[in-house]
Amino acid sequence: MIRRATLLGAALAVLLAGPAAAAVMPGEAMEDPALEARARGLYQELRCVVCQNQSIYDSDAEIAADLRALVRERLRAGDTDPEVRDYIVARYGTYVLLDPPMEPLTYALWFGPPALLVAGVVAIAVWRRRAAVPLDEAPDAPLSDEERVRLAALVDEGDGEQRA
Amino acid sequence: MTAELGHYALVLALIVALLQSVVPMVGAGRRDDRLMGFGGPCAMMQLTLVAAAFLALVNAYVTSDFSLRVVAENSHAAKPLLYKVTGTWGNHEGSMLLWSLILAAYGAAVAWFGDRLPATLRARVIAIQGMTGAGFLAFILFTSNPFERLDPAPIAGRGLNPVLQDLALAIHPPMLYLGYVGFSIAFAFAVAALIEGKVDAAWARWVRPWTLTAWSCLAVGIALGSWWAYYELGWGGWWFWDPVENASLMPWLLGTALVHCVVVVERRETLKAWTILLAILTFGLSLLGTFLVRSGVLTSVHAFAVDPGRGLFVLLLLAIAIGGGLTLYALRASSLRQGPTFALVSREGGLVLNNLLLSVACATVLLGTLYPLLAEAISNDRVSVGPPFYAATFVPLMIPMLVAMAVGPMLAWRKADLAAALGRLGVAFLASIAIVALGWYVAGGGPLMALVGIGLAAWLVMGALTDFAERVALFRRPLGVSLRRAAGLPRSAYGSMLAHGGLGLLVAGAVAASAWKAESVQMMRPGETATVAGYTLRLEEVTREGGPNYVADVATMTVLRDGAEIAVMTPERRFYPVEGQSTTEAAIRGGVFGDLYAVVGEPDDSGAWVTRIYFEPLVGWIWVGALVMAAGGALSLSDRRARIGAPARSRAAAELAVEA
Amino acid sequence: METVETKRRRPLWPVAIPLAAFGGVVGFLAYMLLLDDRDPTYLPSPLIGKPAPSVAGPSLLEGAGDVTDGMVGAGGPVLVNFFASWCLPCRVEHPVLTEIAREAGVTLIGVNYKDAPDAGRAFLDELGNPYAAIVADQTGAISVNWGVTGLPETFVVDADGTIVYRHFGPILPEQRDELMAIVEGAS
Repeated sequence: MIRRATLLGAALAVLLAGPAAAAVMPGEAMEDPALEARARGLYQELRCVVCQNQSIYDSDAEIAADLRALVRERLRAGDTDPEVRDYIVARYGTYVLLDPPMEPLTYALWFGPPALLVAGVVAIAVWRRRAAVPLDEAPDAPLSDEERVRLAALVDEGDGEQRA
Repeated sequence: MTAELGHYALVLALIVALLQSVVPMVGAGRRDDRLMGFGGPCAMMQLTLVAAAFLALVNAYVTSDFSLRVVAENSHAAKPLLYKVTGTWGNHEGSMLLWSLILAAYGAAVAWFGDRLPATLRARVIAIQGMTGAGFLAFILFTSNPFERLDPAPIAGRGLNPVLQDLALAIHPPMLYLGYVGFSIAFAFAVAALIEGKVDAAWARWVRPWTLTAWSCLAVGIALGSWWAYYELGWGGWWFWDPVENASLMPWLLGTALVHCVVVVERRETLKAWTILLAILTFGLSLLGTFLVRSGVLTSVHAFAVDPGRGLFVLLLLAIAIGGGLTLYALRASSLRQGPTFALVSREGGLVLNNLLLSVACATVLLGTLYPLLAEAISNDRVSVGPPFYAATFVPLMIPMLVAMAVGPMLAWRKADLAAALGRLGVAFLASIAIVALGWYVAGGGPLMALVGIGLAAWLVMGALTDFAERVALFRRPLGVSLRRAAGLPRSAYGSMLAHGGLGLLVAGAVAASAWKAESVQMMRPGETATVAGYTLRLEEVTREGGPNYVADVATMTVLRDGAEIAVMTPERRFYPVEGQSTTEAAIRGGVFGDLYAVVGEPDDSGAWVTRIYFEPLVGWIWVGALVMAAGGALSLSDRRARIGAPARSRAAAELAVEA
Repeated sequence: METVETKRRRPLWPVAIPLAAFGGVVGFLAYMLLLDDRDPTYLPSPLIGKPAPSVAGPSLLEGAGDVTDGMVGAGGPVLVNFFASWCLPCRVEHPVLTEIAREAGVTLIGVNYKDAPDAGRAFLDELGNPYAAIVADQTGAISVNWGVTGLPETFVVDADGTIVYRHFGPILPEQRDELMAIVEGAS
C-alpha cells in the first residue's frame, strides 16, 4: 500500500498504515505481568512485515496485530523467548527480526564495527610511527618573524586557558 | 506564465552556474584577476535566478495553479495558506529546488563575505560551488522539473498528506538542507585547498564559520524532525533508526568530527590531510542521504516516490563530485606539509580519539543502513537491521567519547599531563556520582545502563562547568578577577562549553525517556479514570468538531494530581476527507521533569474509547539539549576571531614593519 | 610555520583507500539500482523446501465436509491459494488461476482469509469456483502458519507435500506460463 509522490523527503515518519498510534490495544494485555513484559519486549524485536520499518509494537496494521496474537499464544504455550522468535522466523524468515541474528550472513554486520575500530587504532598507530621526528628530538627552531607576530597577537587576545 | 518564467530562470541559472564553474577556475590557474573576479557576480546571478524560479513555484502553490503537475498532486485549494506555501518543498521536485536555492545562497554568501580570502582560493571555492550547483540544476531540469504542466489541468488538487500539514515539519527540510548544503562549502574549500596544494591555519579560519553554520543548522533540523515525530505519531517515540533518519545523522556525526578538526588545523596546523578528507566525506554523506531518500533502493517510511532514473543521476553526481574530490585527495594529500607532532596524551590526541570514535560510529550507522541491501545481493535471505543493532554497537562507541569529552578541554596542546587534568575533574566526578544517586532515588531504581547514562550526562554538564571554572580561575583567584576573565572570554569558548553541556542535556533526556517511560492503555468511558506516574486522568466527554479541512473526535480529559485538578488535555483523532486519511493529535503537557502524553484512539461499539496515556521523564531535554548545542555553534560563529582573521595580523604586521 | 621536513616519503597507497572504498559503495548502489525485477517489498519464504503447514479447518461451502491435510501431498502437486472477497487483486488473478488449475490438471485448494463466510461465498458465486476445497480461515490462524503477509499469495506444493514455490501477489497473465512450468516440474 505505497502511495506515491506525497511524502516529504528527509522528514520523519509518514505512516501509511493509517492513524499513527502505538498499536497495542487494551484487550491485548496478558494477565500475567511477567508474560506481558516478555511480550512487550518481543513485540519490539519483531518487524511488521508489510510496513516500512516498524515493529509490531508500533504498527497499526492488521498483520501486526496477528503477529502480536501469535506471540501471546506461544508465550502461553510455555515457549521461551528464543523459541518464540524461532517459531515466527520459521514462518516469515529472518527478515522479521529487527535484531539481526548472528549467522554467517551477518558476520560482517556484527564484526564490522569492532573491526573498524581496531583498524582505526592501527591506522593511527602506523601514522604516528611514520610521522616526523619524535617529540623529544625535535629541535626547537627559533621563531620566525611571522611566528613572532602571531605570538604577539595570541598573547594580546588571550583566551584564559590554564592548561597542564 | 509565471511558471514558464520560472522554468526559464532555471535554465539561465544552469548556464550561469556552468560559467561560474569554469571561468574563475581558469582565472585562478592563470592568476588573472579579471577572470577570477568573474566568479562573484556569477554566484550572485545564480542566486537571483534560482530565487526567482523558487518564487514562481511558491506563487503557483499559493494561487493553486493546478495546471502544474506538482501542485495538482500535492496541494488543494482548501489547504490553509501556510501549508500551501510550505507545501512547495513537500515533494521531490520542490525540495530539490529548495536545495538548489540554498546551494546558490551559500555560494553567493562566500562571494559576498569572502573579500579577505586570497583571490585564488576565493575563485576556486566559488568555481567548485558553481560545479555543484550546475550538477543539481541539471538534475532538476532533466529529471525533476517542478514546472511541468498538465494538459488538461485538473480542477482540484489531490491535497497534501495531512500528517505533513504541520509547522515543525514545514521548517524541518529547510533547516536540514541548510545543514546538508552548508557542508558543500567545506567541500569546496577542501577541494580548492587540494588544488592549491596548501592547507594552513588561515584556510582553517576561513572554513570554520561555514562548517559551524552547517553543523548547527543540521542539528536543529534533526531535532525538529525528532520532535515532530514525538508529538505527531502518537506514542511518544522520537528516533527509530530508519534509513532516512540515519542519512541525516551520518553527515552530522562526521560534521562534528570536522568542526573539531578545523580547530586543530587552525591552532596547530596538524591533521591537515585528515581534515580535508573529512570535509569531502561529510558532503559525500549529504549527497548519499539525498540518494537514499529519492532512489527507492531502500524501503523507508520517509522515502519519496521511487524512481531509479533519478537515483542513477544522483549517483552520478556523487561519483563525479566525491569521486573527483577523493581522486584529488589521493594524488595531492601526500604533498601537504606535515604539521608538528604531538604526544598521544594532549589536546590533539584527545581530538584524534574524538574523531576515531565519531568516524567509527558513523561507519557503523552506514553499515547498518546499507546492510539489508548487501544481504539481498549475496543471498536469498532478507535481513532487517533495527534499533537493537544500533543499541548494541552505536551506544558502546559513544560511551568512551562522552567520557573523553569532559577531559579533552582540560588537556594542553602538544603534550599534556593526564593525571593533573583528571585531578581537575575530581569535583565534576563526585557531582556526577551524586546526581546518579539522586536519580536512582527519585526514580526508585532502574536499569544499570540508564544510571550509567545519567551519570554520563551529568559528567558532560559538570565537565562544561569545570571548563568554565578553569578558564576564569574560579576560587583560585579573587572573584573580581574571575568576573573580568569571564567577560573577556572569547565567544568560541562559551560556544564550546554550551555545545558540550547541551549534549549532556540531550543524553539525560534520551536516557530518562527511554528507561523510565510509564504507560497506561485502556478503554475509557466518560467519567472513568486512568492513572500514570502519579497523575490521574479522567475522561469527561468526546465531542465531534470540524476544522478547515478535517473532522475530529475531540476527547476532553481532566488531569488530577493528589486529588487536585491541575490541567485539561484534549487529544484528538482527525479525519481528512480529501486525502482520505486519519491522524492522531496527541495532547502533551510538557514539563521540566517530563511530559504527560495522552492519545485517544478508536471507539468500540459500546461507546468506550481506546486511550493511551504516557509519562516520559525529561523527554523535552532532548530537544532543548539539541538547541543548546546549536546555540553553542552559533555563539562560536559570532566570535570575532573566527570571522575576521586579518586585522589582528595586519596590526601586528605593521608593528613588525616598524621594527624592521 | 617551519616544520621539520620528514626525510622519508610517505607511501602513496593509504590515501587511495577512501577512493577505493567510495568506489565500491557507489558501484554497489548502482548495481542494486539497475537490477531487473527488483522489488524492495518482496519477501522470500522460509518455507520453501519444507513440508507444507496444515490447511485443516471447516470448509467455506455449506454442507461440504471439513478440509483435511490429506488433500495436500496426496500424490499430485497442489496449488494453495490465499484469497478474500475484500481483496481487489484477487479478483484480477481469479481467471488466470482458474485457467492454470484446469490446464495443468492440478488440485487447487483455497484459503479464505479473514472473510465473512457470506462474502466469501458471494465472491465465488460471482467469479466461479475453481477450488477443489476451500477452508474458511476467519481468524487467520491457518494463514499465519504459512507466513502469509498479504493477499493474494499462492504456494506450489509438490507430490510429497513439500513447498517448492511461493508466488507473492496476484498471478498476472504474463506470469501464467512461468507458474505452469513450475507446477509441471513439481509433478
